[in-house]
Amino acid sequence: MGKYKITVGMGSCGIAAGAKPVYDKLNKLILEKNHPEITLEETGCVGMCYKEPLVEVIDTETGQKTLYGGVTPEKVEKIFTEHIENNSVIRDWVVKSSKKDGSEENLFDKQYRIVLSRTGIINPESIQDYLNSNGYEALKKVMNSMSQTDVIEEIKKSGLRGRGGAGFPTGLKWEFANKAKGDKKYMVCNADEGDPGAFMDRSVLEGDPHSVIEGMVIGAYAIGANEGFIYCRAEYPLAIKRLNIAIEQAEKEGYLGNNILGTDFSFHLSIKQGAGAFVCGEETALIASIEGKRGMPRIRPPFPAQSGIWGKPTNINNVETLANIAWIIRNGADKFASLGTEKSKGTKVFSLSGKVKRTGLIEVPMGITLREIIFDIAGGIKEDKKFKAVQVGGPSGGCIPESLLDTPVDYDSLSATGAIMGSGGMVVMDEDTCMVSVAKYFLNFTQNESCGKCTFCRVGTKRMYETLDRITEGKGVPEDLDKLEELAYMTKESSLCGLGQTAPNPVLTTLKYFRDEYKAHIIDKKCPAKECKALIKYEIDPDKCKSCSICARNCPVNAISGEKGIPYVIDQSACIKCGNCLRVCPFGAVEVK
Amino acid sequence: MNKMVKITIDGKTIDAEEGANLLQVARDNGFDIPGLCYYDKVSPTGACRLCLVKIKEQKGLIPSCTVKVSEGLNVTAFDEELEDVRRTIVELLISEHKLGCMTCDTASECALEDLAYRYNVTVDNLPFPVKTKYESIDDSSPVLAYDPNKCIVCGRCVKACYEIQGKGIIDFIGRGIETKIAPDLGVDWKNSACDGCGECIQACPVGALFEIPSVGKARKWEVEKIETICPYCGVGCRIEVEKKDNEIVRINGVDDGPANNGRLCVKGRFGYEYEMSNKRLRTPLIKENGKFREASWDEALTLTARKFSEIKKNYGGNSIAGLSSARCTNEENYIFQKFMRAVIGTNNVDHCARLCHASTVAGLARAFGSGAMTNSIRELEFADCILVTGSNTTETHPVIATYIKNAVLNHGAKLIVADPRKIDLVKYATLWLRQKNGTDVAWLNGIMNVILNENLHDKEFIKNRTEGFDEFRMVVENYTPERVEKITGVPKEKIIEAARIYGTAKNASIVFSMGITQHTTGTDNVLSTANLALLTGNVGKLYSGVNPLRGQNNVQGACDLGALPNVYSGYQKVTDPDIKKKFEEKWKVALDDKVGLSVVEMMNEAHKGNVKAMYIMGENPMVSDPNLNHVEEALKNLDFLVVQDIFLTETAQLADVVFPAYSSFEKSGTFTNTERRIQLLNPVLKAPEGAKEDWEIVQELALKMGYEMQYNNQSDIMEEIADVTPIYGGIHFYRLGKDGLQWPCKDENDPGTLFLHKGKFSRGLGHFSPVDYIPPAELPDKEYPYILSTGRILYHYHTGTMSRKVSVLNEYEPGPYAEISPELAAKLNLKDGEEVRITSRRGAIVTKARITARVAPDSVFIPFHFAEAAANRLTNDALDPIAKIPELKVAACKVEKM
Repeated sequence: MGKYKITVGMGSCGIAAGAKPVYDKLNKLILEKNHPEITLEETGCVGMCYKEPLVEVIDTETGQKTLYGGVTPEKVEKIFTEHIENNSVIRDWVVKSSKKDGSEENLFDKQYRIVLSRTGIINPESIQDYLNSNGYEALKKVMNSMSQTDVIEEIKKSGLRGRGGAGFPTGLKWEFANKAKGDKKYMVCNADEGDPGAFMDRSVLEGDPHSVIEGMVIGAYAIGANEGFIYCRAEYPLAIKRLNIAIEQAEKEGYLGNNILGTDFSFHLSIKQGAGAFVCGEETALIASIEGKRGMPRIRPPFPAQSGIWGKPTNINNVETLANIAWIIRNGADKFASLGTEKSKGTKVFSLSGKVKRTGLIEVPMGITLREIIFDIAGGIKEDKKFKAVQVGGPSGGCIPESLLDTPVDYDSLSATGAIMGSGGMVVMDEDTCMVSVAKYFLNFTQNESCGKCTFCRVGTKRMYETLDRITEGKGVPEDLDKLEELAYMTKESSLCGLGQTAPNPVLTTLKYFRDEYKAHIIDKKCPAKECKALIKYEIDPDKCKSCSICARNCPVNAISGEKGIPYVIDQSACIKCGNCLRVCPFGAVEVK
Repeated sequence: MNKMVKITIDGKTIDAEEGANLLQVARDNGFDIPGLCYYDKVSPTGACRLCLVKIKEQKGLIPSCTVKVSEGLNVTAFDEELEDVRRTIVELLISEHKLGCMTCDTASECALEDLAYRYNVTVDNLPFPVKTKYESIDDSSPVLAYDPNKCIVCGRCVKACYEIQGKGIIDFIGRGIETKIAPDLGVDWKNSACDGCGECIQACPVGALFEIPSVGKARKWEVEKIETICPYCGVGCRIEVEKKDNEIVRINGVDDGPANNGRLCVKGRFGYEYEMSNKRLRTPLIKENGKFREASWDEALTLTARKFSEIKKNYGGNSIAGLSSARCTNEENYIFQKFMRAVIGTNNVDHCARLCHASTVAGLARAFGSGAMTNSIRELEFADCILVTGSNTTETHPVIATYIKNAVLNHGAKLIVADPRKIDLVKYATLWLRQKNGTDVAWLNGIMNVILNENLHDKEFIKNRTEGFDEFRMVVENYTPERVEKITGVPKEKIIEAARIYGTAKNASIVFSMGITQHTTGTDNVLSTANLALLTGNVGKLYSGVNPLRGQNNVQGACDLGALPNVYSGYQKVTDPDIKKKFEEKWKVALDDKVGLSVVEMMNEAHKGNVKAMYIMGENPMVSDPNLNHVEEALKNLDFLVVQDIFLTETAQLADVVFPAYSSFEKSGTFTNTERRIQLLNPVLKAPEGAKEDWEIVQELALKMGYEMQYNNQSDIMEEIADVTPIYGGIHFYRLGKDGLQWPCKDENDPGTLFLHKGKFSRGLGHFSPVDYIPPAELPDKEYPYILSTGRILYHYHTGTMSRKVSVLNEYEPGPYAEISPELAAKLNLKDGEEVRITSRRGAIVTKARITARVAPDSVFIPFHFAEAAANRLTNDALDPIAKIPELKVAACKVEKM
């Protein structure tokens, strides 16, 4: 029997999928069967959400790695007896391996991992693991041989742009903060990841917290800050726990705190927990929140670089942005800039969700097309249904139709479609998705999360939502479309912060690309995707009905009646359109019209 | 003023100051850009988006209220797109607004109503459904209510509460369409920290925040608006009274009021109900067989004249004493002291300033040559360091406190509070020194000791502008921080830190009040504050000085006009033969050259039977004076007591004759506020039939006693004042206008004086006084183990004659109580609200315990407003030897649970 190291993916996603019992089972077996030579460790998320829980068996002598997906405590037993004890790989369960014979190998073919290079591989609670994978090498390089200007110039040269959404050049931002006058400056990490469907920041914090800390220390050095905060939402308890462990370790090892690496540079870092208000991801609202005030955006100028936390120059970068820094310093700006497009350099992490076969996190070079992501990496649409649209950039983004699938993924090309890069959420929709409902869903989110300051964002989004709601209820009128478009445009043009300025994007893009679908709702009173309950009805095809009565028995409101030998009928006035009959009919006799 | 630049708005070239607010500049130049959240008294918010404009070479639509003017700005203020956006905003707001205009008290002065009219937005043509589900109104506060259904979420109230009042009680709660405002993150208004100043109401552009007492009283267009001066404290806030049918409907702060800049406190805005009370005196009263009966003016005046003449004839003028009034006008005070001096023939005239700032007048006169605030109120906002000691400014001078808070919150000033109680200002302070009561000379000397040791004193200033430094230095050298810690209980580190903060500030201002003055060492305390200012050169310049806050609305004026036993008007000494001659010539009568009796001395002499009669105008010593049992005996011992007032006060009840007078809402005349500003009153209401103005009563009495006095009105009196009083030499009614004038104002062309002692002190050189620490007259012992201190609270005023007749103020604070520390409460097994008996060597009262850590563990604090449990039955009437002020701030007492 060989020497093995076993890792279990224990990000929030893995834990949610049941990684804890898997881990416990492994631990129990190692103890029971007395295998002290086997090491068992936690790791972060490798990105394969759809295959969680994931267990990797690493033969420490040969270096052979085998990643098993969809592992259960029961499967653990078999992996233990066959693979560990008898060195026999269970082919059917392998999703990825050193031999490249797993079922999911082509998930990784078009990826390029900088930010996610360690997540799912190292133990996030071990600074040694981080150090073993080039961790803090960049900081050492900076401290030994680079001036503040050198660092800023290097980042500027790399072309790195903010990964939080707006895409502002990071080096330039640092330069502003560096040049701002002030006896005290702050370096802040924005870990207030709020887009529904975006979870890359959480994954990085949970899987590779030191990479963010290293990026922050380098940034703090560059701008001249001695104090910093990681503003992380309280809904990310695991990320906060691992960050706290990492901060403590980094302080102990001299990468953080007083006299970093023996130099006279000191940087103190602490975590501020946010209460989960979406708007606190906006820089000025985030600053207000750190100060203990209500998170509400304020007018700029002054920009945070001049007057941020408690009036002091403040630099704020997103988690993913910071996780790129050490790599750039280590590998050089040129190497980073060689990835991506002319104006969007490096890679971008996307979280894939919705109707694709492979959901999870991927990291791709900028410039890859949407088609490549959705069809090559994510494996196409579930059940091989027809692709309809992809919502890029979360609630502030837009829906991109099939005709634009060859759009390269970079800041400017995405903006041109009416969507935004945003934090990198991608929700894929198929033919069964109603685009009016999608717009309504996202608008409901933003109108709820509006801080309430600007009239358009507070009241305008609500009125737009109500209009969309009316349309999905079949009560829309033709004038609604122009009114909706006008209000959406005004809200976009007239709001103070990014939330209000982008909230109408889902409405505007669906109106642009799927106007016919709106018209179908309003004029024909039909929902082409058959999603809007008020616009569909369930009917039983008398030719297919075998009078088995299953549908009637499963109807929660007794709306279905019939007798043996006579086809069953749905009483439309009583039907609540729950769809139970459709699901339970063994003969496919129930139809949606 | 910044440099002027040229900008263009809709093609028109405009000269504007660089950095000015674009919206304001546009409006000033006739471009009526709409806006709801813009409020020129607070920082721009940019929330309503109505003032959006286009600026050439800048992206998108930009709210003009957030733009600072710069050279070459090319602005489009009006085009079709902008007006479309604006109309849509109004439509959106109306769609969320409860259209209760028919019953709204703000109707016709509502900014949203105006915009709906301007953009022709009605419910009928609204492209959205109107809100029909309403939230409940929060009317739990005694004074103000909030209707979220009318709220447009502009945030003006939020900023007014924080940036103007410095309170920060109101903020937004909720998100999205649910966003509204609430105090203390969403508690009921009643249970919040809101103190009812109503600044938020004044800031509200619609009817979402409104005054409860005004509801249903009048439509906006029915009221007449008259400006006058607030009747309460010495800040002298300018108020706008809205009245209908001789009743007050509402009071607003006047935005360009020189002292208040639109601000008010709860009393100023809501404390007017007494004015319409049916308890007002309407006819003279004469006491017969222990009971009052109504009398005609002629009978009452004749009786009084006869009695005064008899007593004067039998026992001499010095057997009569008079108390003038800090509540009455300057003119009335002048007439009253003239009456006592010229008609009765005595200098026995004083008033309640004796009980508050006699030591200030004595001390600052000695140090600087003038006993008033050196600076103006609004300069406080711009001081770098403010040392507040012995002043619970938030409650006693609420509007002045707002400027102190502005300095801290809006301009980053450092505030040092030295107070035995943890007063509200401590929250804003960089440093709090909790000294033991009555040890002020010691800690002040300690601070000066550190300043000298650390070489932070202003050598140039000391050399050129002062005298007596060496003698002073010798005394201060003994007060090392270690020794001071032992005397005062303030840790030496804090003394050192205070010295460094004050000693290194560019502009430092000292603010003090009764906590400094009401001691047997009151004058010494005041001299110490003056020493500190002289030592660091922090006097005689803008924003820096020594600022005693005067209590009553016209206590400054009553002093200025000679309602004091030692001086005529303008602090001209009665003992100075030249001065005496001047007044004898003017008044055509021989005058006494001996200093008369002070308040406490009058009571003592009455007690002994040497003072036979007293004339009391608008004062209530039966509540306000120390050792009340003694005062009561003294007043009952008089042969004849005359009181003139607006109500039958505790003191008036002891009188033989009572004259009904006018209140300040009914008068013309002037008040001088604490910053030496003489301001004109306007009669707002008709006085009750049967009452007379105080000066008229005094004049008629003088005539009855055979002295020729013929003034037609208060303006006539001011002409005489100007003639005989150098510091008021340039004061004439026609010059006063809206801003008034600050004395010294020597002649017609003198614009008045913003701050005193510029370049030269009133007395020439600033005088250092060597002052040693002397302990208070009465210290705790075995029998009376606790320290008793007294003072005022926000919701009541002085003896409560006015404020306790205001139901909303009574709702906040209905009756007497004593602040008792949790430590002492535990010792006595006492629960909050339980009754306690508090006893001193002079008397006992029963009151309710309010358990609070505001007071030090071994101390008790009692507000003195409440006659039924009058704190002054307990206080010590031991006097400061120079100023004759009693030691109201320190007495020994015991506390027992009932």
